Amino acid sequence: MYKILKAEKLADMIYLMDVEAPRVARHCMPGQFVIVKMDEKGERIPLTICDYDREAGTITIVFQTVGASTHKMATLKAGDSFRDFTGPLGCPSELVEEDLDTLKKKKILFVGGGVGAAPVYPQVKWMHEHGIDVDVIIGSKTKDMLLLEEEMKAVAGNYYPCTDDGTYGHAGMVTSMIEELHAQGNRYDVCVAIGPMIMMKFVCLLTKKLEIPTIVSMNPIMVDGTGMCGACRLHVGDEIKFACVDGPEFDGHLVNFDEAMKRQQMYKTQEGRAMLKLQEGDTHHGGCGHCGGDN
Amino acid sequence: MADMLKRVPVREQDAKERATNFEEVCYGYNQEEAMEEASRCLNCKNAKCIQGCPVSINIPGFIAKIKDGDIEGAYHVISESSALPAICGRVCPQESQCECKCIRGIKGEPVSIGKLERFVADYALEHDIKPQKAEKTNGHKVAVIGSGPSGLTCAGDLAKLGYEVTVFEALHELGGVLVYGIPEFRLPKEKVVKKEIEKVKELGVKFETNVVIGKSTTIDQLMEEEDFEAVFIGSGAGLPMFMGIPGETANGVFSANEYLTRSNLMKAFDDSYDTPIAAGKKVAVVGGGNVAMDAARTALRLGAEVHIVYRRSEAELPARVEEVHHAKEEGVIFDLLRNPKEILVDENGWVKGMKVIKMELGEPDASGRRRPVEIPGSEYEIEVDTVIMSLGTSPNPLIASTTKGLETNRRKCIVAEEENGQTSKACVFAGGDAVTGAATVILAMGAGKAGAKGIHELLSAK
Repeated sequence: MYKILKAEKLADMIYLMDVEAPRVARHCMPGQFVIVKMDEKGERIPLTICDYDREAGTITIVFQTVGASTHKMATLKAGDSFRDFTGPLGCPSELVEEDLDTLKKKKILFVGGGVGAAPVYPQVKWMHEHGIDVDVIIGSKTKDMLLLEEEMKAVAGNYYPCTDDGTYGHAGMVTSMIEELHAQGNRYDVCVAIGPMIMMKFVCLLTKKLEIPTIVSMNPIMVDGTGMCGACRLHVGDEIKFACVDGPEFDGHLVNFDEAMKRQQMYKTQEGRAMLKLQEGDTHHGGCGHCGGDN
Repeated sequence: MADMLKRVPVREQDAKERATNFEEVCYGYNQEEAMEEASRCLNCKNAKCIQGCPVSINIPGFIAKIKDGDIEGAYHVISESSALPAICGRVCPQESQCECKCIRGIKGEPVSIGKLERFVADYALEHDIKPQKAEKTNGHKVAVIGSGPSGLTCAGDLAKLGYEVTVFEALHELGGVLVYGIPEFRLPKEKVVKKEIEKVKELGVKFETNVVIGKSTTIDQLMEEEDFEAVFIGSGAGLPMFMGIPGETANGVFSANEYLTRSNLMKAFDDSYDTPIAAGKKVAVVGGGNVAMDAARTALRLGAEVHIVYRRSEAELPARVEEVHHAKEEGVIFDLLRNPKEILVDENGWVKGMKVIKMELGEPDASGRRRPVEIPGSEYEIEVDTVIMSLGTSPNPLIASTTKGLETNRRKCIVAEEENGQTSKACVFAGGDAVTGAATVILAMGAGKAGAKGIHELLSAK
């Protein structure tokens, strides 16, 4: 059993938890993910790692409620436990594996959309701890949905919040913020974009035009997370890759997003039914990056 | 007097009935039937059946005990060699191992060794007969990676010798392929697998789930930081293969691994579990091995019309004859000498059909089987909404890529000595599918035994 030490609601439908998982905390690196399972009958749910404390042996996860399983998960409180908590899975971020001196010469832009701010955070924090100032764009629908602002400010070089409805920061999508920074003369060597697939797709279309190499983090349907089932396969260029073992980060300019988004729809009807069973009346909103919703 | 040339038939669940449920197909012998079947054993001095068994069970020995009605005694004879008899009695390919060597088989049917083993093992589970435990531990710590058949066997053998063994499992349940791969209707999980693993626990073996070696920690760290003196790798062959034809990433195309994992490990067939499965109305399973049969029979039970699409003829089907027979009885349709060319996809990304081509058999290839050759111009389309690819698996590179000095071959299999499991790295042993590529439960158990012997030789000399 893996004990929950802290459980907090960050925004509407978005939750943060600190979970005791010493093996994961000792070995995880930015870019990696975990799989959690609530109870005996629960699904295996892949979640990105938002933060880790090696000494305390804890992992911070952030998730958005989308289907029946994540709704149930949101009811867990400090003191409750996950039955299973596996990781770290996937490969560490390409950037943290790079030679530090080379990395220090690069101008890096991070883009996080919605709950994608969570996996962006440990990467930016790692950069900060290694003396690298990076630019960070975090986008959300509205001010109340903007995640981890104080945390991000503390570790980012320049921090650019955006809201779709203009209630805070730059008014507009993250892509328009990228365009603006580019227009101001910022020239980035690399961009890391994490968020809903639709956001990553449009960021990649833009950065391709602007000739900024772009890394994205894919979060497709998964079962085991160790390379066994192949549910998470996607086309990267001409090759088929498994997000769980070859990724989750890939060259965003090579990922076939349209196909990946279709694959995310696979269990949508079933998820919807399960939801209705759990909670009459509410409908499936999507936008988790898990179901192909259009956040 | 019964006809000594013929086996005592085993009772099975009716084919029509069982095609709609996940209950076990074969009921097994009762004591009376088992004793009658045991009486057919000639108790050969130079017993060929033992040579056919990868773990060298004293087969005439345990059958003689059944004849006497001493079932507990029979169990102790088997457990000298096998830690998982209730499993082997169900899933071993006895017809190509022990039973094909049986002298009874020359004139009539061989003794039903597998069904007798199962009877004895089930009796032991029901009557809670425990294997012999080591009197005290010898203080040596051994890590076993993977809780599948090779890992469980290696751990059990070492524990009996007094070693302090910890098994690390990547998934949330113990059993490896026994829980994620083989379906409930062939190998019941609660009644058989869990109970057999309980017996390994009773020998003093510790288990830690959710530890992915190569990610959660590494072999080098286990030895340097956690004081394990030797490591046995039994991580299996888990990576699914695909054909590389157009449409393979469409919705509704699954690896057999995914389909079976959803149904077996995650219990998607049971509505009270949260994991979904796209059951399909008309399913094509591509491949002809045991895993293909398992996937086909699972899809059938979930309510689909199921076609096995296999590129050779029935004689070349790699699956066990019994599995093919069961699948046919239940209503699986065999489209033989057919090979997929393309998966047809609708505008929403879902499978709507499959283009297949007819094949004929040509000259024998390297495997000795006649090579399937396409018949030009014979393509046609079949309407399916689900395609399950069952083309085999390869070992996961995770451990090899994170362990210094561990040699692999070109098929990504770990290189290890057959006789003791020794790898290219000191104090590290390996066996099972991780070494051989996908094979059988019993061969993996044989390799687990060899690994335990290798580790014992190394550590007892210290």
